[in-house]
Amino acid sequence: MKVLSSYQAGKLTLFLKGELDHHEAAAALRKISRTMDDYLPRECVIDMGGLTFMDSSGIALILKISKLVGETGGRAWVENAKSQPLKVIDASGIDRIIKVTTGAEQ
Amino acid sequence: MKQLNYIKLEFPARSVNEGFARAAAAAFAAQMDPTMEELGDVKTAVSEAVTNAIVHAYPDTVGTVQMRLRLLDGNTLEIMVRDRGRGIPDVKKAMEPMFSTGGEERSGMGFTIMGSFMDSLRVRSAVDRGTTVTMSKRIRAKGS
Repeated sequence: MKVLSSYQAGKLTLFLKGELDHHEAAAALRKISRTMDDYLPRECVIDMGGLTFMDSSGIALILKISKLVGETGGRAWVENAKSQPLKVIDASGIDRIIKVTTGAEQ
Repeated sequence: MKQLNYIKLEFPARSVNEGFARAAAAAFAAQMDPTMEELGDVKTAVSEAVTNAIVHAYPDTVGTVQMRLRLLDGNTLEIMVRDRGRGIPDVKKAMEPMFSTGGEERSGMGFTIMGSFMDSLRVRSAVDRGTTVTMSKRIRAKGS
């Protein structure tokens, strides 16, 4: 999987692309942690529009990103979740504690 | 239930094999003419079960993971993932949502996801003898 990022006016957007599983999650988290340290964003968007597969490792990654950005008083949310990754999010119940949008409502 | 077809796979408990395991499961399930959603469900459940074996069963060694898929009558897919690792002392507790003894890349939602995406889920485990996860899902004919 790939993690691309963009930063503007306090908002960091992370674009997740490909398949996110346990094997990919550790490297993705290291990269995201470094990016967080560089920008210390007030807001962090986790854009899942390019994600074709995700298991519960993706849930752990979302929670970790939320915790990291929360440590500096910021907040994180998920955008463009769809199909299989959205179903995993729904099954986990994580959308009760972190805002999740599917793109359709925007 | 009558067995119509099966495959057996065995691979070392290395995380790089997680993607291979779910791709193999999807390739086997394709003969059942599943929808994209059903295929995604199967891939997700396999990914969770295989990852559990890789993360938890063999903390200090690289053991072996076995996977068996069976096509049963009634267009039912049965998936079995087995390890011969350290086992789970308390299966009931391990299946509780958010319970995890894994690292920060694990959420403790693996069994919850497996149970949600498959029709049945059974976990048998014995300490120092290993764990067997058996799941099944009926694949509905497209358009029905």
